Amino acid sequence: MAIHRIFPTINGELEQVDVPSNMTLLKMLREKMAFTGTKNGCSAGECGACTVLLNNEPVNSCLVLAVECDGADIVTIEGLAQDGKLALVQEAIIKSGGVQCGFCTPGVLINTMALLDRNPNPSDSQIREALVGNLCRCTGYIRIIDSVKKTAQMLKAERSELWQ
Amino acid sequence: MAVEHTKPIPSPIGENKPKIDARVKSTGAAIYADDIQFGNNLLYARIKRSPHPHARILSVDTSKAATVPGVKAVVTGDDYPGYIGLYLQDRTIFCRDKVRYVGDPVAGVAAISEEIAEKALDSIKIEYELLDPVLDPEFGAGPNAPLLHPDLGHYEVANFIIPKPGTNISNHFKIRKGNVETAWKQCTAIIERKYRIPHIQHVPIEPHVAIAQVEQSGEITLWGSSQSPFAQRNLIAKALGISQSDMRVIAPYVGGGFGSKAGVSMESLAVAIAMKVPGRPIKLLLTREEEFYTAFVRQGLVSYYKMGCDESGKILAMENTFYWDAGAYTEYGVNITRASGYSSSGPYEVPNIKTDSYCVYTNHPVGGPMRGFGMPEMHAGLEQCIDELALKLQIDPVKFREINCLKTGSILVTGSKMHATGLPECLQKTAEAIRWGQDSPPSSPNKRRGKGIALMWKAPAMPPNAGSSAWIELAEDGYITVGVGGQDLGQGAFTVAAQMAAAALGVPYEWARVATPVDTRYSPYEWQTVASRLTWSMGNAIVNAAQDARRQILDIAAEAWNEDADNLDVVNGVVISYKTERELPLENLVVYGLPKDDDQGWIGGPIIGRGNFMPTYVTGLDPETGQGERAVVHYTTGAQAVDVEVDLVTGRVDVIKGAAAFDVGKAINPDLVKAQMEGGFIQGMSSALFECLQLKDGVLQNPSFVDYRIATSTDIPDEIQTIIVEVPQDDGPWGARGIGEHAMVPTIPAIANAIYAAVGVRLEGPPFTSEKIYLAMQDAGIVS
Repeated sequence: MAIHRIFPTINGELEQVDVPSNMTLLKMLREKMAFTGTKNGCSAGECGACTVLLNNEPVNSCLVLAVECDGADIVTIEGLAQDGKLALVQEAIIKSGGVQCGFCTPGVLINTMALLDRNPNPSDSQIREALVGNLCRCTGYIRIIDSVKKTAQMLKAERSELWQ
Repeated sequence: MAVEHTKPIPSPIGENKPKIDARVKSTGAAIYADDIQFGNNLLYARIKRSPHPHARILSVDTSKAATVPGVKAVVTGDDYPGYIGLYLQDRTIFCRDKVRYVGDPVAGVAAISEEIAEKALDSIKIEYELLDPVLDPEFGAGPNAPLLHPDLGHYEVANFIIPKPGTNISNHFKIRKGNVETAWKQCTAIIERKYRIPHIQHVPIEPHVAIAQVEQSGEITLWGSSQSPFAQRNLIAKALGISQSDMRVIAPYVGGGFGSKAGVSMESLAVAIAMKVPGRPIKLLLTREEEFYTAFVRQGLVSYYKMGCDESGKILAMENTFYWDAGAYTEYGVNITRASGYSSSGPYEVPNIKTDSYCVYTNHPVGGPMRGFGMPEMHAGLEQCIDELALKLQIDPVKFREINCLKTGSILVTGSKMHATGLPECLQKTAEAIRWGQDSPPSSPNKRRGKGIALMWKAPAMPPNAGSSAWIELAEDGYITVGVGGQDLGQGAFTVAAQMAAAALGVPYEWARVATPVDTRYSPYEWQTVASRLTWSMGNAIVNAAQDARRQILDIAAEAWNEDADNLDVVNGVVISYKTERELPLENLVVYGLPKDDDQGWIGGPIIGRGNFMPTYVTGLDPETGQGERAVVHYTTGAQAVDVEVDLVTGRVDVIKGAAAFDVGKAINPDLVKAQMEGGFIQGMSSALFECLQLKDGVLQNPSFVDYRIATSTDIPDEIQTIIVEVPQDDGPWGARGIGEHAMVPTIPAIANAIYAAVGVRLEGPPFTSEKIYLAMQDAGIVS
């Protein structure tokens, strides 16, 4: 198996990784870099637990080959909190009680970031549609959906503060 | 036995504390078993599994596998003759003589990569002689079925399980109360129904994973995603013939369990393979496909109900027969059979009842515990029959349930009396929440709308003496660390543990930490994280540990101050005297003790509180009648109601609103209780509308998330109203009892009853898919 040297930027840091041709981005993150916050739920693109941002788009990292990520910009769950300060989306899901076992949480949060990036004011049904690929077996989604709404409100408040 | 809590002011009990682990879980910092780094030494295990539902193993040839470069170990059933199982030891780690389901492990390989291990599996040659399979539990219980376990009579078994050697029945639980034959003659209305509940999967988003290593000392360490580190220590040690003290289980965060990670399943495979390569960690991570094929499934059920009532609507008699499709091994499932037997009246007072609950071996996947432990399956049919009986007498189903449901002091199916219960309040509040009796218009002309309601009860199903223990240690600043052996599966056990420890000791909640991960070497014993028993049982152990620590602290202060300890208290992290009004913070005192007056030495020492709890009052039941003094520790009761809409064009069922009320005794953390009610409701709804393991001749047809659909964010109702009812449990901490499983018990029948109210059809069993509903409407002439 050919080994490729790639230079992705992960959570703002330029990295150098040697990956076999058949290695997925998920495997690279978890096994080559120890970014284990990205979870492996099915390795088949069906559960959403491994969602990361690849050049600002949410992807199932189990369906992306690592070699495709040379020069790419990747954000994982570990990249959301800055200097120990939680991102709003993290604060919101904790407050809403949307974390139970926590295994779907990283994928949910990454996908929420992507949703709010393209649509800062999503409706209830837009939130549900956006999260349809993130399976959760614990919460029944109710508090997760609440937390997305809460994040949107917090972002709005933050933006209006910036304007003042 | 009520727990004393003298002055926990201000107490975190009843407060909505955010989950103690929510921050690590939302930052990706929480470590789950597959996240632990083992370095280059790690080997990867894969399992050679049976492609046949039932076959005799004629030969296993692993010679080629052992020579594949990179393969470090090959294991077969010959290596491990010991039996394993929770209530009935009916399985070996690897198959030895026969395979009994598709996926049964025959051999295992450890190699330097998963790919090489897979390649080695391909080179293992197994010769089988195919045997006739048992694919239906009713047939399996009969005399013409092939015998799956001829050695049933020789298996080690718990004394409350009653196998029938020479048959496929591994437990037969009976209730004989009153006289049903006479009672039928007094009934004004009688109905008889048959229901069939399919197998379903737990589907934790984290697949099963286990890493095992034999240490230089010969001790074995197992890291796993586990609800039951202590049961795994015990059962694996027994199967291998080693000391429990040489078997260490470390259980980090669990990415969902729902019962599938209780007892022992694939963990023993990892340990068995690791024993062939001492010094090297080996990892067995199930693929999602393997998870569907081989993890514990919720047992299938074929159930017959007959029930009758008099003119006033009082239920006089019930006759129930349950054939549990328990799968290839019933080591855990036998007790589901028993639990459904001693709960077979449902939450109703029934003077005459006859029940036969059979645990039947079949060549289906291994049945195991799943959230509700038989109760969702049993209630599914029973609560529909209750509705049908009510409607037959033209009594409102809510009114009918009011008449018959258990009240404090009601006589139970096993002959004892019901403890204090808020079931009638749960019924009334749920009915109010769903606006029972008020019809709402459907959202479009091609839809029909209906409401349904169902009640439930469930006791923790476990051995009579399942125990808990806890310790509490204090740091120099007075902060506390709580040691527990129970696991946080997401339900919030660690948060509630911290709340209870802080409250019982008298320190602020923010001072409490929980000693994680659970590690059988350092953590105190806990039977298993199952049965919704932790808040109650582990909670009592924590309270006892806190009181032990508190007593030690007060004794030190009493001696130093020359006061009576009875006049002292710990409030908000400060020792106070009610008599002399002296105060002293816990800081330093709890580690260094206190100096005696005039430098004449010291009093005290580092404080560690210890406590345990074990119910001592559960009695056996008569094997012929199922009657006894006290069958279980307690019952949590509750109600659910739904408002659904059925599309006449597509048959699609949408749950528009849900309402739920459960009597949890005391909500230690109301938000976490509500989160259980919501999550359980959706899991129950998912099992009602979507889920079914499609087994064709014993072969699973839908082993993926695409073909086995679970509820997603787009399927859930707009609103679920959750109501907490609190009628205290006499021996619960602050009166608390469990809630984790109960929330999904009444969901199937509530939805079924609502579908009937909407369109007048009932199906033989879930899932109530669009296709099945449409065809049923067609049969009934509702659509053409």
